[in-house]
Amino acid sequence: MDILKEISENLELGDFEKVSLLTKKAIEEKIPVEKILKFGLIGGMDIVGEKYKTHQIFLPDVLMSARAMHAGMDVLKPFFIREGMPNSGKVILGTIQGDLHDIGKNLVGIMLKGAGFEVIDLGTDVSPEKFIETAKKEAAYIIGMSALLTTTMPMMRKVVELLKKEGLEDKVKTIIGGAPVSKDFAQSIGADAYGYDSTDAVESVRKLFNQA
Amino acid sequence: MRKRFEISVEDIEPQMDEVLKTQGIPSDKSPPEKVKSLFQESKDIFLKYSEPVGIISDISVFEFETVYRGEGLNEKETPLDEILNKADNLVLFALTIGERVSEKIRELFKTNDFALGCMLDSVASAGTDKGGDVLEENFFNLLSKKGKVNLQKCILRFSPGYCGWHMSGQKKLFEFLNPEDIGINLTDGFLMIPLKSISGVIVFGDKEIFNFDDNYPFCSECTTHECKDRIRKLFRDLRPEKEKGGR
Ligand code: B12
Ligand code: SF4
Repeated sequence: MDILKEISENLELGDFEKVSLLTKKAIEEKIPVEKILKFGLIGGMDIVGEKYKTHQIFLPDVLMSARAMHAGMDVLKPFFIREGMPNSGKVILGTIQGDLHDIGKNLVGIMLKGAGFEVIDLGTDVSPEKFIETAKKEAAYIIGMSALLTTTMPMMRKVVELLKKEGLEDKVKTIIGGAPVSKDFAQSIGADAYGYDSTDAVESVRKLFNQA
Repeated sequence: MRKRFEISVEDIEPQMDEVLKTQGIPSDKSPPEKVKSLFQESKDIFLKYSEPVGIISDISVFEFETVYRGEGLNEKETPLDEILNKADNLVLFALTIGERVSEKIRELFKTNDFALGCMLDSVASAGTDKGGDVLEENFFNLLSKKGKVNLQKCILRFSPGYCGWHMSGQKKLFEFLNPEDIGINLTDGFLMIPLKSISGVIVFGDKEIFNFDDNYPFCSECTTHECKDRIRKLFRDLRPEKEKGGR
């Protein structure tokens, strides 16, 4: 069987040890690393994402596949040291100031990485200034913010306002999510997108990049 | 009365179906073996690392009105507004399973074991919630010993952040209850640390006082309408098994 297909299939099964071994084997077979990444790993995660969206598999399956994806990426990383891992775009991600919830934000990060984006995770309790400072430093196009409490949601508005104040609203786009957050709220604070869950987040981020 | 309860972790062990539901796995389907073993593994970690401890403290209706008014941010009309004055007894409560499980969850995510980390998070959340049930039972038993319980009585708990009681209500609640001595602290953003903690009031009174409708203005945004289920459960027989008349 085509080794890239084999990588993708084992990734679907969540067999991280096999994915790691097969990625090494593919390198030995002189398959270009970009191709292994694009068709073996990201290709596999795309299928997983689609199956999850159509309820053929469940969250734990997706997360086992994501672990396998990371195992493959770890093998590829040394080959990209000079020019950095190719990616579909950079996303700064974090839980907004005052909030320490991180599971939802982590899941979004995992799925974005699985879709080939570079994710810079600032963790929890992230101030608006820190989001913007990092976006500027990293020349990232997207800031993703998570909030699980109504009391911390207003901080998201501050990020959008600060971006405008600095004249960065065309250079940096914002996407928000979290249990109490809604599409209406996103619109009301002028955020560029809202993601209901981690697969929706990937779609929305892709859309933002496509509109860029 | 102010009473601390060291809770046995076995008493808050969550069931597989309730946990899997929170992971989006429907209960009418038998979960795949891989998922079952993930659940088992996370339950074992949960049993090993959680340190459930809770506290309850008597509060009069008069005193509770101040706590409930909080920072003045509650919805205009709430179920608790109606229930309060008809209640027999109230206790404030707080409970945590401690920080160690959360540390373990972070560790699992760091080592890319996302599925186990996420399952453990769901197990820990369900376990924390169950801790609230145990506090309710303990309070009920205390009242029972005082001879206050009869078939018409029951208990229900409410928490800031739910059903029109604003999250900021936790400030006054903490000032009155001082759960810091069981290791729970409140941040300026009204977040309890450790994360796996809950707080609120447990109300004891006639069953009928809890029979409210889920048609407050804010109910339209409620995704669970959980009150309906909770009210339904109240009308079950709460007497100890041996006192129930069998057929
Ligand atoms: C489980 C749970 C708990 C657990 C554990 C909490 C924890 N997170 O560790 C326990 C029982 C301990 C708990 C306690 C409390 N909780 Co609670 N809890 C929940 C519940 C049911 C699920 C949260 C969760 O873990 N979800 C799973 C994760 C994976 O989902 P998620 O974080 O939402 O993330 C997904 C999406 O939102 C989205 N997303 C998230 N971030 C981002 C970011 C971007 C950029 C994008 C695009 C998408 C995105 O994608 C993610 C993956 O699918 C929610 C209700 C709900 N339906 O969400 C209430 C909820 C968060 N809790 C609430 C409250 C009020 C509390 C308490 C204050 C109650 C109390 N007084 O005791 C305490 C506070 C605890 C504390 N430490 O301060 C409220 C908050 C509402 C508010 N007013 O702010 C909620 C919303 C319930 C409600 N009333 O509707 N809680
Ligand atoms: S419908 Fe929801 S918000 Fe309204 S009372 Fe019931 S549980 Fe509370």
